[in-house]
Amino acid sequence: MRHIQRLFPVLALVIPLLILVFVIDQFGSASIQRVSTEALIRLVFAVGLYIFAGNSGIVSFGHMTFCAVAAYASAWQTCCSMLKPITMSGLPGFLRDNTIPLIPAGLTSIGLAGGTAFLSGLILMRLSSLSASISTLALLFILNVVYSNWSSVTMGNSTIVGLPVYVTIWVALAAAIVAIVIAYLYQKSRWGLMMRATREDEVAAQASGTSLYWSRLIAFTLSGFVAGLAGVLFAHFMGTVSISNFFLNQTFLIVAMLVIGGMQSLAGAVVGVTLISVLIEVLRRAEMGYSIGTMDFAIPRGSQELILAGIMLLILMFRKGGIMGGREFRWPWLVEDDGVREPELAKRARLLKMRLGVR
Amino acid sequence: MTNIVQVLIDAVALGSLYALVALAIGLVFGVMRLVNFAQGDYITVGAYSLVIPTFAATPAMMFGALPTVAMIFCVVLTVTILALLTERLAFRPLRNSDPTTLLISSFAVSYFLQSLILMLHGGRPKAINIGESLTTAVQLFGIRIPGVQLLTMGVAVTLLVTLVLFLKKTPIGIQLRAAAENFQMARLLGVPANRVIAIAFAISGILGGTISLLFVIQTGTLDIRMGVMPTVYAFFATVIGGIGSLPGAVVGGYIVGIVSVLLQSYLPEEMRAFRDAGVFTLVILILLVRPQGLIVTSAAKERV
Repeated sequence: MRHIQRLFPVLALVIPLLILVFVIDQFGSASIQRVSTEALIRLVFAVGLYIFAGNSGIVSFGHMTFCAVAAYASAWQTCCSMLKPITMSGLPGFLRDNTIPLIPAGLTSIGLAGGTAFLSGLILMRLSSLSASISTLALLFILNVVYSNWSSVTMGNSTIVGLPVYVTIWVALAAAIVAIVIAYLYQKSRWGLMMRATREDEVAAQASGTSLYWSRLIAFTLSGFVAGLAGVLFAHFMGTVSISNFFLNQTFLIVAMLVIGGMQSLAGAVVGVTLISVLIEVLRRAEMGYSIGTMDFAIPRGSQELILAGIMLLILMFRKGGIMGGREFRWPWLVEDDGVREPELAKRARLLKMRLGVR
Repeated sequence: MTNIVQVLIDAVALGSLYALVALAIGLVFGVMRLVNFAQGDYITVGAYSLVIPTFAATPAMMFGALPTVAMIFCVVLTVTILALLTERLAFRPLRNSDPTTLLISSFAVSYFLQSLILMLHGGRPKAINIGESLTTAVQLFGIRIPGVQLLTMGVAVTLLVTLVLFLKKTPIGIQLRAAAENFQMARLLGVPANRVIAIAFAISGILGGTISLLFVIQTGTLDIRMGVMPTVYAFFATVIGGIGSLPGAVVGGYIVGIVSVLLQSYLPEEMRAFRDAGVFTLVILILLVRPQGLIVTSAAKERV
């Protein structure tokens, strides 16, 4: 019972997702399954971004970088053994002439993304929170410029095609669950709690012995790994990799999802991605046109983006914490013990008071 | 010799442009702690206001058909009104939020404006011709200089000097600087908050409009993302200069502008495409040495 209670915030997210995916898998059309798989991959990315942005309070606009690094790395390892020596002639020999099995390829790609996050974090996390936020943009732009011009290795602006497609809705779900569990374990860990303390009050947290630099760097690296996982999934879901899929529009979409759901809790990230994915799909179909009875009804193209930006602004104005307001789902019946241990001193004081009969 | 002078003129022209955008961003940041991502879209909207909204690749002129002075006036006025509107509708309700929330909201405003242009004008780049007479080269002391570069440099330097004089000499300018230094204190001493913020936005609108015209004359194309690059450069300029410092923004703008032109001219041919990456890497390296920026202000650390 106690365990269920403690794991409830995760279970409350994972079980509905499981049911949803089961229903979609059984009854949904192929296009709905596709859209849902994509949404689950976005969820992995959003949770990755949340690990850093949600816990530290610093928004990163640069996480697409790690996604792209992993996607390309996986493409280099697994893609099109026949064409690779011609289209990507600049690759080092062992990559150019070999095809690496999917799982090791995926893992090394995720590792590369995490490594990139760690190295860039070494510099970026030294900055004050606002400067760091802006500088993550520099990261995104550096990646974009390099990858769209490094034609002999990345095929420049062209699309790499012919990656093995193995990401089904269940694979995406498994990855989403892994991401959620990682995020939850992190935010309950010593480093996660320290990170959240710096979010609430930098000065007080520093005064209590928290290192801003190290706690942020750890979060940044971990979120880089998870963003890398999303990148690998995305590459092997689409079967293609193109640099234009990893730029500002996609970044905006994910940030909007996080903000609308509520950036400061894991539940917010999951709720935001789910709701906005549904909304986008509804709007997308509305742009193509519904027919109700004999009436054909369509909204103008591009209104999807306007509506999304509008909702985001309204949320920022009227409900800054997002839909979840920074809360996790909690065990609704017994709220006394939420897994946070009573501080030792407070416990001793309580016991002492009990013994002395003081109220 | 000729080459060096030309590079120098290019560098000063581009540096002044970035300095202007950075100053606009710095001013708005100073008065309300908002890093305004939408500054780039002010530029884009200004450029698109030259033509009638259609999906055509070579559209008919709207403001572009007016005589030069009227055209400049109309474009600058449009952008200024837009800047004031975004302030009134989007940023004023958020005025007391933390800088991160404001940054995200400006990201949303930017996305909104971009989607709006996309809806009205379509996504393809457009060709447009204004100020053709300016693109011819000018012979100066035996050196051929493109007229556009001279114009850009002239306009940017004039605007910069005017703005500095405005900030230093007029009462409103002094109020603005005071507010940028310490907004609370300035308010206590009788500086009206709404007015200085509106003026800061109006200035960023005027600068946005002017810059959009300079860009269009230079490139002859309209593109949905045309404002993004200069704004991102200006962001880094303000970060390098020390966020919240107006002189820092100008210095930072010149640094990124000059470095960008130098890389463009002296990198080997096959490396030139990576110019922007070089500039951004430099930004990160400068930050490695001076995380607080070149000129440190009280805004660099969060107040207790």
